Amino acid sequence: MRAPLRNAGGLGASAALLAVGGSAWAAGALDGPATTQATNWSAIGMFLAFVVFTLAITKWAASKTKSAADFYAAGGGITGFQNGLAIAGDYMSAASFLGISGLVFVSGFDGLIYSVGWLVGWPIVLFLIAERLRNLGKFTFADVASYRLQQTPIRLLSAIGTLTVVAFYLIAQMVGAGKLIQLLFGLPYLWALIIVGALMIAYVTFGGMLATTWVQIIKACMLLAGASFMAFMVLWHFSFSPESMFRAATEINPKGLAIMSPGSLVTDPISAISLGLALMFGTAGLPHILMRFFTVSDAKAARKSVFYATGFIGYFYILTFIIGFGAITFVMTNPAFYNTVVGADGAITFDKVKDLIGGTNMAAIHLSEAVGGNLFLGFISAVAFATILAVVAGLTLAGASAVSHDLYASVFAKGRANDVDEIRVSKIATVCLGILAIYLGYVFEQQNVAFMVGLAFAIAASCNFPVLLMSMFWKGLTTKGALIGGLLGLISAVTLVVLGPTVWEKTLGNPAGSAPFHYDNPALFSMTIAFVGIWLFSVLDRSQTARNESAAYEAQYIRSETGLGAAGASAH
Amino acid sequence: MEPASYAQIRNNPKFTELVRQRGALARNLSLAMLVIYFGFILLVAFAKGFLGTPISAAGVTTIGIPIGLFVIVSAFVLTGIYVAKANTTFDELNSQILKDVK
Repeated sequence: MRAPLRNAGGLGASAALLAVGGSAWAAGALDGPATTQATNWSAIGMFLAFVVFTLAITKWAASKTKSAADFYAAGGGITGFQNGLAIAGDYMSAASFLGISGLVFVSGFDGLIYSVGWLVGWPIVLFLIAERLRNLGKFTFADVASYRLQQTPIRLLSAIGTLTVVAFYLIAQMVGAGKLIQLLFGLPYLWALIIVGALMIAYVTFGGMLATTWVQIIKACMLLAGASFMAFMVLWHFSFSPESMFRAATEINPKGLAIMSPGSLVTDPISAISLGLALMFGTAGLPHILMRFFTVSDAKAARKSVFYATGFIGYFYILTFIIGFGAITFVMTNPAFYNTVVGADGAITFDKVKDLIGGTNMAAIHLSEAVGGNLFLGFISAVAFATILAVVAGLTLAGASAVSHDLYASVFAKGRANDVDEIRVSKIATVCLGILAIYLGYVFEQQNVAFMVGLAFAIAASCNFPVLLMSMFWKGLTTKGALIGGLLGLISAVTLVVLGPTVWEKTLGNPAGSAPFHYDNPALFSMTIAFVGIWLFSVLDRSQTARNESAAYEAQYIRSETGLGAAGASAH
Repeated sequence: MEPASYAQIRNNPKFTELVRQRGALARNLSLAMLVIYFGFILLVAFAKGFLGTPISAAGVTTIGIPIGLFVIVSAFVLTGIYVAKANTTFDELNSQILKDVK
């Protein structure tokens, strides 16, 4: 640790100078007032060690990345176990680590409802999608959706679906990243964005999928180790009795016994089901997750990777639940973690929820200091930074692949592009997306972006997932049906989110109760629109092309079930 | 991958068997996951009081906690059942089918 700490000198000192004065924001994964902290040297040191290590891996990956298959899919040489870790690394974002433990910190049981929803999509991915995807596709899920349909319209639709999901997800991550890093490391917001953007561009352009995969694997190990340690320390304190931990928490949390049962998170059944559908099927439509299945050699490895990923992610969500309750008992009792008010009589007072330094999403971070001291706080801060990097790198690679493999190679060059051109376009797209992400992160700094991850899931569930599922399972699907149904799903998801309470009232500032659409999550409606649209316009399509597409299903079906002829990314 | 080999697979009883068995397992397990998860969600929406009942009269731990943990563990167990079955029976059948074409 010593060398990186010394190297950090210049950066840290100037950062501290620039970061004078605190200011307040309310946004995104990190809502609530946040103030710039004093420069945290152990955090910066550990983060620099991570950066040096991952850049060394990127250099190694660059030497092995030559063909398009290497760039998009790491040559298909990732094992099932490695891919399982990488999927977990791609999926466990800083928002879910800090957001869920923060939610448990405030409301207890309600946090569990979200974490359950984020997990249950994985078995569905395994049972319906993973193996077929691997058998049919090469680099992107559009390979599968357009397998027997017309290339141009379906690639275009998939690219639009991919890029919208990536854009909303990326904005939420970038804004969260800027604020988190500002808070943890004492770096100015824009600097934080530029560091994240530059590192992400470096990983993806030089090291492609291989470097991205290893960044995700390392981050997953760091996050799981750090969270395990915190949960262990909390349980140890209570002699490994959850009952004593829960009892202590109910005595400390202002909501008392209410934290042990469902609260206000889910109000009516329609909202509950709609949210459940978006979380469950959105997972099966996220382009950066689907892309990970092309990095393994065959369907068997694809299947194993979901099994490992489900185990790691499920374990992680159990940890966040313990961490949230641990934070109630360790953090809520310690004024050092709060912006306190000293009364005339000298008594120190603070609100156990509102006055937490950095907002309630900082609960896990404060807990790390409470259980492991300053050094461990530094480690968890570095993990949070690494987490963001791993997620944005995966997103950017998925976006760049949609631009180069779907738009450029298939739509623009009509399949006549060579590997070298395709990789070059992909790298240019990565740089553009990286710069765009920094710009959007900057523009949206003051906006409430919390709804964007939910919107990304809703679009994935209403556009990408229905088209992909129907292309695999329904003989009667036609190009027209997929195109119109997919677009209807996409448009209705976006429209209903804009007309819903979160955006209409809280973001656009219209009076409460005026939102034309009453539910926060549109998935129940937009998914129905998408599936009905796909079915209706396929059935109505009586052209010769439609008949040919339906006749081509047989060959696709046999390949998707048996893997016959599926060489894909591993061939070189 | 000439059409002949497709027809050959299509007419192979082992292929019909593989697709039938694997399809049934995937359907049943998906259904199990949907029932478990949406059952939990509906309990959250309609039976908040039930989930908030303490397990023992003297304790604070509610029934909702083990039920929530059960949903998480069940997701892992269901994937495990599928993978165990696929790694043995289905892969064996599949490789026989592919061998028959060659």
